[in-house]
Amino acid sequence: MSLFTRLGEKSWETPGSDRPDPATYRPPAAQVMMLVYFGVITILFGLVSSAYFMRMGMPGMGHAAMDWRPMPEPPLIWINTAVLLLASLAWEAARIGTRRGETALVRPGLIAAGALGVLFLGGQLLLWSQFATQGYFLQSNPANAFFYMITTLHGLHLIGGLWFWGLAMRRARGGGAAALPIQLTAAYWHFLLLVWILMLGLFVST
Amino acid sequence: MATVTHPTLADDLKPLHHPKTFIGKYIWSQDHKVIAIQYALTAIAIGLVALVLSALMRLQLGFPDTFTFIQPENYLQYVTMHGMIMVVYLLTAILLGGFGNYLIPLMVGARDMVFPYVNMLSYWVYLLAVLVLVASFFVPGGPTGAGWTLYPPQTILQGTPGHDWGIILMLASLAIFIVGFTMGGLNYVVTVLQARAKGMTLMRMPCSVWGIFVASIMALLAFPALFVACIMMLLDSIAGTSFFMPAIMAMGNEDMGYEGGSPILFQHLFWFFGHPEVYIVALPAFGIVSDLVSVHARKNIFGYRMMVWAIVIIGALSFFVWAHHMYVSGMNPYFGFFFATSTLIIAIPTAIKVYNWLLTLWRGNIHFTVPMLFAIAFLFTFIHGGLSGLFLGNVSVDVPLSDTFFVVGHFHMVMGVSPILVIFGAIYHWYPKITGRMWNETLGKLHFWITFLGVYAIFLPMHYLGILGVPRRYFELGETGFIPPSAHLANQAITIAALVVFAAQMLFFWNMIWSLFRGPKADPNPWGAASLEWQTPDTPPKHGNWGEKLPVVHRWAYDYSVPGAETDFIPQNVPHDGSARHHPT
Repeated sequence: MSLFTRLGEKSWETPGSDRPDPATYRPPAAQVMMLVYFGVITILFGLVSSAYFMRMGMPGMGHAAMDWRPMPEPPLIWINTAVLLLASLAWEAARIGTRRGETALVRPGLIAAGALGVLFLGGQLLLWSQFATQGYFLQSNPANAFFYMITTLHGLHLIGGLWFWGLAMRRARGGGAAALPIQLTAAYWHFLLLVWILMLGLFVST
Repeated sequence: MATVTHPTLADDLKPLHHPKTFIGKYIWSQDHKVIAIQYALTAIAIGLVALVLSALMRLQLGFPDTFTFIQPENYLQYVTMHGMIMVVYLLTAILLGGFGNYLIPLMVGARDMVFPYVNMLSYWVYLLAVLVLVASFFVPGGPTGAGWTLYPPQTILQGTPGHDWGIILMLASLAIFIVGFTMGGLNYVVTVLQARAKGMTLMRMPCSVWGIFVASIMALLAFPALFVACIMMLLDSIAGTSFFMPAIMAMGNEDMGYEGGSPILFQHLFWFFGHPEVYIVALPAFGIVSDLVSVHARKNIFGYRMMVWAIVIIGALSFFVWAHHMYVSGMNPYFGFFFATSTLIIAIPTAIKVYNWLLTLWRGNIHFTVPMLFAIAFLFTFIHGGLSGLFLGNVSVDVPLSDTFFVVGHFHMVMGVSPILVIFGAIYHWYPKITGRMWNETLGKLHFWITFLGVYAIFLPMHYLGILGVPRRYFELGETGFIPPSAHLANQAITIAALVVFAAQMLFFWNMIWSLFRGPKADPNPWGAASLEWQTPDTPPKHGNWGEKLPVVHRWAYDYSVPGAETDFIPQNVPHDGSARHHPT
């Protein structure tokens, strides 16, 4: 039943037309919660991006002084991106393994995904220290401030993803129902990869 | 047709773990009803602080040069803390965390929220946010006095009270609140989507659930703007970044080290949260008042579908009007035109709701119970606040009225008094279900009449003061040429009315606390309401709400005075073939 049909239901006419509820299948609550949370992440990073543009002084929406000095993109940022991409692929392997019942794929996939996730976060920290040694401090330019803030927000979301990775690992090791956490965390990871690519695009293009 | 023996969808949930200890039941509880009460009591407690602050403000405004303990910086701190506490920590928390938690699972026929543990966490994070906020009263310099809008650059400049610790605690508290709310909000939304009992289609949900549901979605999408703004402002004040701070000299000669930041950027972020926030508070109130009016007028809500659609449309539109709070910020006139237009468009779905409430009352069997009195009072205050909103929504009228008491009168009417009246009505309405006891009706009516007439005595004259040009947030008017002496008289009258209303709230607290222990045992369904929360096997409902079997829903929530029916209401879980027509009266 489409959303419009649902919202168009004349519920006061119910007596006499008591159809059984057609929605016999409902997706897992955790999945719905994650989808709603994607909305929250989207608006969060969307707002940060629009603040970024405004502060930068985009034509027509700038209120700021022209003090914006863009940051460089050192090779490490691309390496980190590749690591995050590989982590996503590892998650995908674990997800496919779960779906097809190929347990041989699940464990290595999970371990690789976790390791690559941690590696990415370490790489981001290394990137921070590289920038700091080059004199790109938080307070020295708004471009730097946005960079540090966005990477922190993204990193915190990834740490949340690692928490669910821990849950999936525990379940997988204990032989519990790991399928749902693996599927959902994989999707979450892909989403954060997408967010990162968009944010990277923001850094590169400005 | 569906048989009652069929396992319902939500019966698939894993069995509830019933806590045995006192701490498990009442402190670290995962029961949505306990969490709701925890949320509500915390919100009311911090709301009382804000109420005291408002009384102090009124003392100063009514009788300047009388109270030496109120200094200008104290006054600004009262203004700030009163506003922020009332809007965020009281109204948002009690409507979504309190009523949302209590009503959603009971009204949609679920055993609990879908993620009880996250729900519990949400409350404790909220409590932490409140404690951080309260802590700012006890740090050197006191709480921030930046005004509840926290506009930079003055917020973190040295001239502003609480610029060293107060503002940091305020921003940190807001960020913590938002994290906690997000946990709760995700729960409310997913519970409505996933945990409805069999037969409870979206369009059979009571308006209360619709209001809370849409408001929760809005809050999830609006609070990130405040979150980002708080983080950026924290960085500006602690780490010396220049997101919002322009190059500025403090105290005449000291360079603060900021450069090029945009204060307007903060205003955009703040109001992108701030305007939807108005409706985050208003939509649950709209929903609840629809149910109160319908139950106590023994009539189905007029135009149910339109009521639901209007809630959804108002929620969506409210994301496109934020800059009407910024008409005096020097924005492009075309922006002002756009935002004035979008603002006035919201009047259409809002007016539909108002007409539908009135048409529900029309030829209803109106019972002037205390909840109904509060619901009708809401119609008055909301219409008044809404109409003065039409003035302020127009740029050319807003510009001279900006930052005057007209604005204060307007927003207190529309989003202060109106939701509070609904909250009172809702507490009186659901108290018998929550506690199993009945309150004292005489005290309730006394509380109502003093509050209702009192708020008019307080806020109606403020509109006149505003038109006279009395500015808001001023410690005292002093000798101001264009302000006639009558303004001072009006201020005194407002203060006296405010103190009377303040004192009358003690009737409410006394009534609630006394009735908890001494009130007569309440009927399981004292109002004869059709919605599901009144059909629980126990009053107050036990953990798990529904005993062995979840309810099955056969009709909408508004079958009142159905022609030919035995009683003047038919509960939602009564099948229409009459075979199981057995329900409490």
